[in-house]
Amino acid sequence: MHLTKEEERILNGEAGETLRKALEILTALGDIYGADRLIPIKSAQIAGVSYKTIGDAGLEWISDLEGKVKVPSILNPAGMDLERWDRLDISPNFAEKQKEIVQAYEKLGVSCECTCTPYTLEGFSVSYGDHLAWSESSAVSYANSVIGARTNREGGPSALSAALLGKTANYGFHLDENRVPTVSITVECSLNRSDYGALGYVAGKLVGSRVPLLHLQDTPKTDELKALGAAMAASGAVALYHVEGVTPDACRQDFEPPEEKIVIERSQLDEVYENRCSAGKEPELITIGCPHCSAAELEEAAELLEGKTVSKELWVFTSRELATRFPEYMETIEKSGAKVVCDTCMVVSPATNRYSCVMVNSGKAFAYVPGMCGAEAVFGSMEACIEEALGGNEGKEKRRERGKEEKGEKKGQEKEKKEGGFH
Amino acid sequence: MVSIKLKGRTIARGSAEGEVLLSRDPISFLGSVDPQTGVIVEESHALAGKSIKGKVLVFPHGKGSTVGSYVMYQLKKNGAAPVAIINLETEPIVAVGAIISEIPLVDMLEKNPYEVLKDGDLVRVDGSSGYVETLE
Repeated sequence: MHLTKEEERILNGEAGETLRKALEILTALGDIYGADRLIPIKSAQIAGVSYKTIGDAGLEWISDLEGKVKVPSILNPAGMDLERWDRLDISPNFAEKQKEIVQAYEKLGVSCECTCTPYTLEGFSVSYGDHLAWSESSAVSYANSVIGARTNREGGPSALSAALLGKTANYGFHLDENRVPTVSITVECSLNRSDYGALGYVAGKLVGSRVPLLHLQDTPKTDELKALGAAMAASGAVALYHVEGVTPDACRQDFEPPEEKIVIERSQLDEVYENRCSAGKEPELITIGCPHCSAAELEEAAELLEGKTVSKELWVFTSRELATRFPEYMETIEKSGAKVVCDTCMVVSPATNRYSCVMVNSGKAFAYVPGMCGAEAVFGSMEACIEEALGGNEGKEKRRERGKEEKGEKKGQEKEKKEGGFH
Repeated sequence: MVSIKLKGRTIARGSAEGEVLLSRDPISFLGSVDPQTGVIVEESHALAGKSIKGKVLVFPHGKGSTVGSYVMYQLKKNGAAPVAIINLETEPIVAVGAIISEIPLVDMLEKNPYEVLKDGDLVRVDGSSGYVETLE
């Protein structure tokens, strides 16, 4: 890999140990992946924040670094709400360690906004063609696919190295030739809202780390694309996808149709909705906001909860910035007994580990909750999730009735195999 | 014994000497290794029960969580890390872990290390110049 004279000097340690190691990380990755040089980045989003995931090992490494980041940089979700951590039974020891991690990043000039949806933040704008070093797999997917910016799936240390240098190695999704679709997915049914999370969960398993070109019957909204990409990045390792006639790369270029073609049918999505916890267990915890809720999703949750009281734990995750910008939604949601939680999520917080059956409206959470939190997961729309939280037995009956009606409409006389149906 | 010098690719700089410990299995530093002692705790692993502390650890490549990079750093801090690493072909988790922990790492040697090296051989790994040399 070609280095400038300035970069050579840094690699020889003339700018200090932290930058030397940062550059060594970027050049090693560049060599592994065949990069020709380092390129400037507009921003960094750094994973490796939750004490639950990085532990004392990560805390030690970050604390030992010196210097300041050269581009706007923010963090992935932490293991708890940094201000109201005690509401979710986080232990004081965990809270202490978590605060130390965030403070260590702040010392390096990283903003302590901890969110998986950095593209919603004011003052953190991203445009078509921008080169980035982002970590969070769903944010990487959104930046690459929905915005048309360019980033690889950076690990925590490489994203932080890129932030400290203001550069990243030029390989992978920074290059045109790696952004071409390599598999096509045709979806043979109409999709609505949470269907996109279910589709992402199914599609990610089928395509792995390839670049899919999706042919959809509907035009998805940005929140739906967010859910689709997040799920494909979790059940698979999709960092970039295109939707014919929708996403910017697909609109600007005439892609050659990929040779490999996959068809996804309604029944495959239904299977995601039909998953139940074992031994007839009902969801004890309901979570919304993976990735973090947008303003529109907060508004929807507030409308569904207005004037009602939940009978089960309901956690709504969003970024601190949006929670601060829309206090009216926060107030309505919290009045119902639900909790709005910032800076963290159901996957990276240890709070979820106490439950054995969790209901989610996210294909990504559905993929991760079993492995990361040791809980079984049930998938449903936001409406179904909130109904479950309000539920009690009355809600369940209603849901069952409605499930039957909907299935009846859709499938005619076909006999219903499972009761329920969170559509 | 005639000394052999094998060229490879520089991943993490620095130079160290030690005894070879070969692992046929890939290693996930998160979960497979006790960060306090350097003992492999994954029961089904080829090196189960053995310590990687102070060894020139030879394994095909890393696997598992990206947190593994930080665990390598913790091993180093605890004095339980290998002194050097040789991989068939390294991947980012181990590459990043070796760099932040200052463990010399060379991969893609010109000959298969599993055919040339055996457990207990004394070798020098020079990550800066990118070679592995057997010592008398």
